[in-house]
Amino acid sequence: MQNQLRDYLLSQPDSKITIWSNNEGFVWLEVDDLPKVLEYLLTLPERPVWLTHVMNDERELGHGFTLYLLLHLIGDFTLTLAIKGLDDSFPSLTPIFPAFNWAEREAQDLFGLKAKGHPDNRPLILHPGWQIGFHPLRKDIPSESLNDDKYKSVPLPVPNALGEGIFEIPVGPIHAGIIEPGHFRFQTIGETVLNLDAQLFYTHKGIEKLLEGKDLLEGLSIIERLCAVCTVSHSLAYCEAVEKLADIELTRETLLWRTILAELERLYNHIGDIGNMCAGVGFALGNANGLQGKERLQRLNHEVFAHRFLRGVVVPGGLKIIPDSKSLYALKNHLTEIARDFEEWIPLILECYEFRQRAVTTGMLKRESAIDLGVTGVAARASGVNFDWRTAHAHLLYPELAVKPVVEETGDVWARISVRVCEVRESFRIIMTLLREVIITGESAVKVSPERSGQVRNLKLPPLQIAWGCAESPRGTDVIWLMTDEQGKIFRCRIRTAAYANWPAVPLAVLGNIVPDFPLINKSFELCYSCCDR
Amino acid sequence: MWNLLRRSIKMGRLARKISIDSGTTSEPILPELGQSLHIRHLDCGSCNGCDWEMTALLNPVYDIQRFGFDFVASPRHADVLMCTGPASTHLVRAARDTYEAMPNPKCVVAVGDCAINGGVSQGSYASRQGIGEVLPVQVCIPGCPPTPEDMINGLLQIIGKRPINLQKAD
Repeated sequence: MQNQLRDYLLSQPDSKITIWSNNEGFVWLEVDDLPKVLEYLLTLPERPVWLTHVMNDERELGHGFTLYLLLHLIGDFTLTLAIKGLDDSFPSLTPIFPAFNWAEREAQDLFGLKAKGHPDNRPLILHPGWQIGFHPLRKDIPSESLNDDKYKSVPLPVPNALGEGIFEIPVGPIHAGIIEPGHFRFQTIGETVLNLDAQLFYTHKGIEKLLEGKDLLEGLSIIERLCAVCTVSHSLAYCEAVEKLADIELTRETLLWRTILAELERLYNHIGDIGNMCAGVGFALGNANGLQGKERLQRLNHEVFAHRFLRGVVVPGGLKIIPDSKSLYALKNHLTEIARDFEEWIPLILECYEFRQRAVTTGMLKRESAIDLGVTGVAARASGVNFDWRTAHAHLLYPELAVKPVVEETGDVWARISVRVCEVRESFRIIMTLLREVIITGESAVKVSPERSGQVRNLKLPPLQIAWGCAESPRGTDVIWLMTDEQGKIFRCRIRTAAYANWPAVPLAVLGNIVPDFPLINKSFELCYSCCDR
Repeated sequence: MWNLLRRSIKMGRLARKISIDSGTTSEPILPELGQSLHIRHLDCGSCNGCDWEMTALLNPVYDIQRFGFDFVASPRHADVLMCTGPASTHLVRAARDTYEAMPNPKCVVAVGDCAINGGVSQGSYASRQGIGEVLPVQVCIPGCPPTPEDMINGLLQIIGKRPINLQKAD
């Protein structure tokens, strides 16, 4: 299939293929050909999966504004479609592939380029109220003007619904619980939701701009703080990009512990999320058990890796902490116990008729919608989309672990909880398999790996190079796209998190449900606001 | 039912049995608030680490209600505002409004390094350097993120109680 694709791309006038290997392709296209090529790709028998959409200001390099689209095709092939020489607008691809909706609106806000043909021209990431003409990701914005005195709070534009019996319920940005901020505008008929408009980006902190000009370790500490509960996934994605640029080979030991870290993160998130979904219906027993399981796992994280959210462990080229034999056994014993305990309390939830009643057929996300919107992770797999980055792309030790994506067809809250339950079991299995390997080989206890020494600190990255990295977080695939400047520092870092890809699906899943089910539906997606807003 | 009972016997206590009255050390920061604090959480652009640790305060392990503390749904019911995050620009107005809605006497707690000095967001175009630039902060709980135990001790400090150590539990 790759050859056929290559021939098609070469047949485009003025197309230029710069990279073509077994797993990776990079092709420059003419601006006007991009929609046509994307349309062709979407008609392939196996539809490509959207990874990221990067706008970049390369005017100082003589390329004008440049757009990169990363797509993942069947057979573990990652294709980058790139166009350069954009001046003040770019062709909108949203009508062809709605997954690009937010990314294009974001490019309009941050670069001041117009997405020609985009159906929704409201600002997205910069709320209305910012000074006209302020586009912070343009390189010619003077750094002293980068403060927030350009913002005056004005009301957000929300769609209107008029008619007899229609009510409007504004919620947020400050919510009644310990939740992150976002504004939800419900239009309802009786209790049924007619329309939901979710206005996010309240926690937008300009992280992508902040990363520019930083060296790679400073960058890592910011990337780790995009979002606490996906710390490991974000740093894995970032380190993958850095390691590609610096051409670092990883030892098996590093790969093994990174796999364990990624699964530990999935475990505490999924178990906590199952508990939180119970809180969404006021089911205290399920909630208490879920939170207790999460607390035990976080304490274990702290005991073995010195941080409850596993921060500061993954570094480019290796790991800061590799557990000694004492913590290794602690990890194994505690996990065995927590896994046994999980099997004891999970039937209390799954066999609770009242909970099932609330969850089945609630918050349905259709498979077609999930595909069109580029939904990822648990939300996609619960809607019948068989995509898991752990199996789609050969990385870490996943290929030899034979991970099976857990797929449910119904797309409701119940499907999302079922997927999480099965993934928890799978994660326990993966970690136990890997720990057994460490115990048998016994290498972890004796060896100090070279990547733990100061080597990484002096790592030099080649100038003006591009790389990407991905990791499957508990919420879905996180993508980090990195370009270095002439000094080998960060020129542009585009962060597409799973929450960013999945948020547009939430308002769609809520339609036709009753307002009191919104917390449950929202919690079943369990998306972060922080790493979506950045 | 039997399963549940068997499980509780087997698991034992996760939280340490502590004497709730840890003894007074100093003058309370706001004596007029008394000994029971009602808390409102305010996310001002945090990475959600502090917020998740705050959620953990309500789990069966930390269970902060036993100290006389609780989270409330409205700022109008709150004595204490626990702020997380560096005060992102889009939230400055909401943060001020929330503070205004609280009745006097009131106390603002900056939770986490970002709320104290901006943390990693220092120098950003869309955030302040800590919630102190927007609201009058009286208590700081440092950490990235602070542990639930740090938060309990920060709250005990407001009512003039000695800090507790939960870690000896296991």
